[in-house]
Amino acid sequence: MADKHAAYICTGCELGTRLDAAALVKTATKDGKIALVREHAFLCSADGVAMIKNDIDNEAVTHVAICACSRRAKTEAFNFPTVAMSRGNLREGVIWIRPDTDEARETTQEMAEDYVRMACAEVKAMKVPEGNQNTGTSKTLLVVGGGMSGMTAAVEASKAGYKVVLVEKTGALGGMAAKLWKRIPNREPFKAPMDNGVADLVAQIDADANIKVYLNAVVAKTAGAPGRFKADIAVESGAVSTEDVGAIIQASGFTPYDVNKLSHLGGGQANVVDQLGLEALAKAANGGPIKRADGKEVKSVVFVQCAGQRDTSGEHLSYCSGHCCATSVKQAMYFKDANPDVDTVVLYTDLRMPGNNEDFYRAAQNKGVIFSKGVVSGVSTSGDGCKVQFKDLILNEDTSADADLVVLATGMVPTTGPDLDALSEANRVAEGSDEKAAVAKEQVIQMMSTSVLNLDYRQGPDMPQFKHGFNDSHFICFPYETRRTAIYAAGPTRRPMDIAQATEDATGAAMKAIQAMENAGLGKAAHPRAGDLSFPTARLEGCTQCKRCTVECPFGAIDEDEKRFPLFNESRCRRCGTCMGACPVRVISFENYSVNTVGAQIKAVDIPDEFSEKPRVLILACENDAYPALDMAGMNRNEYDPFMRVIPVRCLGSVNTIWITDALNSGFDGVMLMGCKHGDQYQCHFVKGSELGRYRMSKVYDTLKGMNLETERLMDLEVAITDVDTLPKKINEYAAKIQEMGMSPFKGL
Amino acid sequence: MSDMNQQMSAKYKNNFLKEIEEQAEMGEWVKMCMQCGVCSGSCPTNFHPGWEHPPQELFMMIRAGKRDEVLDSQSMWMCVSCYNCYVRCPRKVPITHIMHGIAEYAYRIGRAPKNQPTLHLSQTFWNNATKTGRVNEVQLTQSLYFKDGIMDGIKKAMAMQDVALGLVKAGRLNVMEAIGGGHKCKDIKGIHAMLAKAKELENQRKGRAA
Amino acid sequence: MAKKEYAFYPGCSSQKGASASNYLVSVDSMCKTLDIKMTEIPDWNCCGASISYAEAGELPRLAMNARNFALSEQHLPGQDIVATCAACWLGSRESKERLEHNNTLMDDTNKALKEAGLNLKVIPEVRHMVEVLIEDLGYAELASHVKKPLEGMKIAGYVGCQTNRPFGIQGESFENPMYLDKLIESVGAQATKFDQKVTCCGGALAFSEPDKAQAQIKDIIEAAYDSGAEMLVTPCPLCQANTEVYQGQINKKYGTKFQLPVLYYSQLMVLAYGGSAKDAGLNGQVIRARRLEEFAGK
Ligand code: SF4
Ligand code: SF4
Ligand code: SF4
Ligand code: SF4
Repeated sequence: MADKHAAYICTGCELGTRLDAAALVKTATKDGKIALVREHAFLCSADGVAMIKNDIDNEAVTHVAICACSRRAKTEAFNFPTVAMSRGNLREGVIWIRPDTDEARETTQEMAEDYVRMACAEVKAMKVPEGNQNTGTSKTLLVVGGGMSGMTAAVEASKAGYKVVLVEKTGALGGMAAKLWKRIPNREPFKAPMDNGVADLVAQIDADANIKVYLNAVVAKTAGAPGRFKADIAVESGAVSTEDVGAIIQASGFTPYDVNKLSHLGGGQANVVDQLGLEALAKAANGGPIKRADGKEVKSVVFVQCAGQRDTSGEHLSYCSGHCCATSVKQAMYFKDANPDVDTVVLYTDLRMPGNNEDFYRAAQNKGVIFSKGVVSGVSTSGDGCKVQFKDLILNEDTSADADLVVLATGMVPTTGPDLDALSEANRVAEGSDEKAAVAKEQVIQMMSTSVLNLDYRQGPDMPQFKHGFNDSHFICFPYETRRTAIYAAGPTRRPMDIAQATEDATGAAMKAIQAMENAGLGKAAHPRAGDLSFPTARLEGCTQCKRCTVECPFGAIDEDEKRFPLFNESRCRRCGTCMGACPVRVISFENYSVNTVGAQIKAVDIPDEFSEKPRVLILACENDAYPALDMAGMNRNEYDPFMRVIPVRCLGSVNTIWITDALNSGFDGVMLMGCKHGDQYQCHFVKGSELGRYRMSKVYDTLKGMNLETERLMDLEVAITDVDTLPKKINEYAAKIQEMGMSPFKGL
Repeated sequence: MSDMNQQMSAKYKNNFLKEIEEQAEMGEWVKMCMQCGVCSGSCPTNFHPGWEHPPQELFMMIRAGKRDEVLDSQSMWMCVSCYNCYVRCPRKVPITHIMHGIAEYAYRIGRAPKNQPTLHLSQTFWNNATKTGRVNEVQLTQSLYFKDGIMDGIKKAMAMQDVALGLVKAGRLNVMEAIGGGHKCKDIKGIHAMLAKAKELENQRKGRAA
Repeated sequence: MAKKEYAFYPGCSSQKGASASNYLVSVDSMCKTLDIKMTEIPDWNCCGASISYAEAGELPRLAMNARNFALSEQHLPGQDIVATCAACWLGSRESKERLEHNNTLMDDTNKALKEAGLNLKVIPEVRHMVEVLIEDLGYAELASHVKKPLEGMKIAGYVGCQTNRPFGIQGESFENPMYLDKLIESVGAQATKFDQKVTCCGGALAFSEPDKAQAQIKDIIEAAYDSGAEMLVTPCPLCQANTEVYQGQINKKYGTKFQLPVLYYSQLMVLAYGGSAKDAGLNGQVIRARRLEEFAGK
């Protein structure tokens, strides 16, 4: 079927009075070279939509450029899935950000005409996405880890009607929670420790035909992609079975920090235990007086908070595990409930008891638990017990307390498998043949033995880690989103948390996993472009096998085929376009988003000559934060400079450097990049996209120097969706700077 | 040290917190303090030299078993009963009453600092008020000035002379009261009997020998 | 018949010839105008104030207040007790709360009361005069009696501690209560922005720790001047006395030139209601309120 292009100019929403519509029609016809151009007074009305629909059905229109409001508005009205569509943003992007004055009329009209040209050029470079054909339809969820998080995820998914395969390393379900005598209360009146709840969940799982449990089992290999994973499950006995699963939840939990590393706090001494050690004693006591390992009844106990946590020396854990204050409160109650005369002292620097834990804290005070603000400097054996040396921070003095037993509140160390960077480095060294290589080989074997998922991905066997060995999950904006599509981390593997939080976390992860399986089955993308049917393809004839795409893809979507060409796993792909931005020979593209669709828009902008005093600045704005912020600036009628031309991009990561050099070569006076925050506090929807994009752009500055251009002609701006008021100001500042620098010498060349 | 002090110290052995909980007014609240320091920051007397241990610290000292330091302290005697801490404490600890309670207890068992002026004021005020059922302001003022002997009293009275004179001139200090006139209740006998009984009952409840 | 009837608890300092006698004089004439009938509780006794804590202990103080309650219920059944003094009000209210919440204390108190031939069953409501004005009459009613608005006068409303904490006036904040400002405005004067309105005057420690108390008083007076006020007005006899009578001493010690009249809200009201300087008890000022004297003379 031949392509047939149509453009529609809307004159509603005051577009008709603010702009010269007839001139826009002419622009679309002449400059845009569009065969069918129509004007409508209310394009998003039923009548307007019917007009377009009719053209598609009866005029064989295949490509539609809608010149009206922002692509983020009226998406339900302008929903034509069978055609390629572009949107010229005349409302939020032009008349709402410009004053309605006589002086402004000319530049406002020019702005609108450019957006019409751009919409026409863009749509001509687009194709209708066909959707991923390489789908899998498995709707079974694999849950790795049978602790509180894993069991909860399994039960929740099953309740929602999905089958679950639950793999547990040990011989029984329950994980760490099963080792607790009781748990921190999670319901009214928050005053006493509660049953740990494990037996209950285990019984539910046993009775649930939807949940298949493997005990003493590990995941030996995970291959495939969302909707069609194949997981090899190896049981201790040696049997291996392969399960077809659609999504995975990693609930591999944590281990307590090694108490032997805390010798300065008495770690390793007979009468010093960690919190799990105390749980064991409490279990043995079963509600009666708690006895030490040597059988002596404990009459005095000191709890040392933050043991090896929130450490600034760099030697121990630098973070707070969140639950341990409440856990010590709970454990102090074990003693007081069994015998109110036991001396229980909690030594803390800050007692962190968020939410209803405050009531729990108060209940402990009421029971006579003593809380002292102090820093412990040493624990030594003294007589039959211990002497805890500490500095009392309220009374500002060094003092000590005697105790039969000392409990150290140590932290959580996540079970997340090997660090991928360390592993790939070891792998690299192991390639050699020297002594180092031999050592590295051993390291690789050791590291691989800790793998949780054993992913058969080019990017490594497990999920990437963020800080302190926790799984990278989008902790600021989308806490469940990891960097492996349809694999979700839940519970303390993601960040330190208590049972209540882990339960909630697992429930959320189960819902996300279900969504991911469903989308995968339909060939659609998962978050944040949920429902997107486009996917990247590479024109392999042009590929130089540089591997940039396989390395940079933040989601490990690209493997290598036998000939070492990139092999896209469409259902793992989030459609960020980072691969497209990375490819130095520009052979990667999406049907509806490519080097061309953007390049054509850049070329479509009319560049007035040097003497016009009308500069042009290209803005490449991230569609997730910056573009909405610009739209909202329009809604608030925050004005900005009329010489800006904005093109939304999927992610800063998708920006190919060719766009910048093309723009500057064709006479643009400046280029602004707007993307999300990157680094430790990243907000990039694609996690690494904005970081990689920025890294790439840093190379362009050399090119600018080569072109004899000021480096300020390229400007990188960090934008959050909330910058509605500040963004226009920053744009105007940049416009002023461009004016100051003067026009680009490349105009009209 | 008085017998009472030894007796109490023996009774509670090393558990000073328990001693305060049972003996000082509202003492059972001490354990509920969460050491936030709001009281210390709110106390007006803390802004002028005088607060050795603000309430938060006193409570911590009690929990740390610092019996001597607490009971001998001047700190709780500095409380002006402004209730600033009381209304601000996030734990609703009735701090003002505890301050008074600790002071009162220290006094009862003979541990109040020697010549504590506020204690002297408290004694004088109460004795003055209960003698006739109502306060006699002139006698109250006199006994306050002359507490440290005649010479000192004259000095103080001289220093305060303008204050007193001002009040007399304004008709607000009735010199008649000094020579036995002034206000009083009719049922003075009843009041005295009532107070004697109350004191006896309180001592009984707190296990203090009369 | 009077509009409202209350059992009056004047307290020691309001008696004739005592330090707050001018308060009593002005309250009397204010109540006349507002048609409030106050019947003194027969043979009432001292509340003990906060300061008696060390010598008195808990139960004896409760007994003293309980005696007033019992007398009030016996002679003026069903009437709310109204105190004009902040300390009396606080002492009584605190006792009421404690007795109502603690049966042991209530039983012991009744045992003690028996010695004075009394018995306590119901404890009447205990209210401050200001509560009566605001809650039972309302600002509008108070303003409606104004004959001579105190126009152009700038007054700092000094609430102090014990009418404000721990009970305070219903609906007011502890940190910035507005009722006194509103009272000032309802008699036509202007309430200044006074940032020490709830600072403690030193209370009873003005006697025992004069240096510390006077340092606080100095801050209060200074802030009142800074706010542009020409006088201070308060609802509490101890606040009134402390902030007024020590100004001379403070001037000596700090070289200040304080001469700020300190009045009761009731005195302002009497004057605005057309009363004479005598009705308002202006002769009871240690620091003469000349502007008000002139005003009353007109
Ligand atoms: S970089 Fe982005 S678009 Fe490219 S394959 Fe990876 S997820 Fe997909
Ligand atoms: S980035 Fe481009 S050239 Fe490099 S491997 Fe990928 S597709 Fe090939
Ligand atoms: S304000 Fe209350 S909780 Fe805070 S330190 Fe003081 S007494 Fe303790
Ligand atoms: S009531 Fe006493 S302790 Fe509390 S703030 Fe006032 S002076 Fe300080």
